[in-house]
Amino acid sequence: MSFLLRRATETRRHGVSLVGAIGISVLLLCAPLAAQQPQPQPQQQDEFVPVSQLPAQDQLPAAPLLVIAYAFVWLALFAYLVSVARRLSYVQREVERLESDMKRGSRS
Amino acid sequence: MPKWFMPLAGLCAVMFAASPFLIANADYESTMGLVQKIFYYHLPSAWIFLLSAIVCGIASARFLFRGSPRQDRLAYAAAELTVLFGAIVLVTGPLWARKAWGVWWQWDVRLTSSLMGWMVAWAYLLVRKYGGPGSDKLAAGLALFGMANVPFVYVSVNYWRTIHPATTVVPTLPVDMGLALWFSVACFLLLFVLLLRLRVHLEEQRSRLDALYLSLDE
Repeated sequence: MSFLLRRATETRRHGVSLVGAIGISVLLLCAPLAAQQPQPQPQQQDEFVPVSQLPAQDQLPAAPLLVIAYAFVWLALFAYLVSVARRLSYVQREVERLESDMKRGSRS
Repeated sequence: MPKWFMPLAGLCAVMFAASPFLIANADYESTMGLVQKIFYYHLPSAWIFLLSAIVCGIASARFLFRGSPRQDRLAYAAAELTVLFGAIVLVTGPLWARKAWGVWWQWDVRLTSSLMGWMVAWAYLLVRKYGGPGSDKLAAGLALFGMANVPFVYVSVNYWRTIHPATTVVPTLPVDMGLALWFSVACFLLLFVLLLRLRVHLEEQRSRLDALYLSLDE
């Protein structure tokens, strides 16, 4: 009997701790949502108001243009260097091959 | 390759790696802001573009009047570098202009004459590659036109109405902007000398190869 009572108490304790854990998890997950302010809905426009200049957030950002410019310079210089090195190694290999052929030819 | 080549190539690599730090530390320009920093690579490459067109023109003139193959090799190497540095100028310029002027391109005298100089250098290379026998002399004539275009490109901003900044901008730069600019100029100048030497070496090797082929045929 005491065994059954102890078993029932343990089961209830486990159930309480499980419910508590789920509750805390839900609270933790919902806390950031609850902390957020309700977003104001944009109002319906009944007229367009012209401005001569774009708002700051809509203006063309400078950083991507700057990065593209510098990246292009580095890549162009690197590609040219690689191209010259490849052409040079090909010509030098060919010169060495011809020179060795000529030496062999003169010996025979 | 000469002994000085590799140490100078190492120095050039270190200088290029250091240049972004100097450029980042330079002040912003008041009206253009961040995008004006393109200037520190745009202007040195523009000067090297003009310098290589002059080198190509002088070497071509000496080749035409004296017939020196060494000058021809130098002219060919310089023409290729004119195309390379011209491409850098013509890409970085519009990227800067898009933000500063609101357009990628403006058909004003400076931009149009720079494009013409670049196309003349391309024409030189195409004539050399596909022109057949005698194309070296024809290309040398083209290089003289390319060189004649250089002073026109340089002074154009002072004599014609254009939105491109005038040449008077450089002497009036404050110290930190001037330091970043002149350091970049030194980087590009050193790189130009190294690339020119490397490219001339390639032409020397090609001449050697041609001589070997001829001697094998005989």
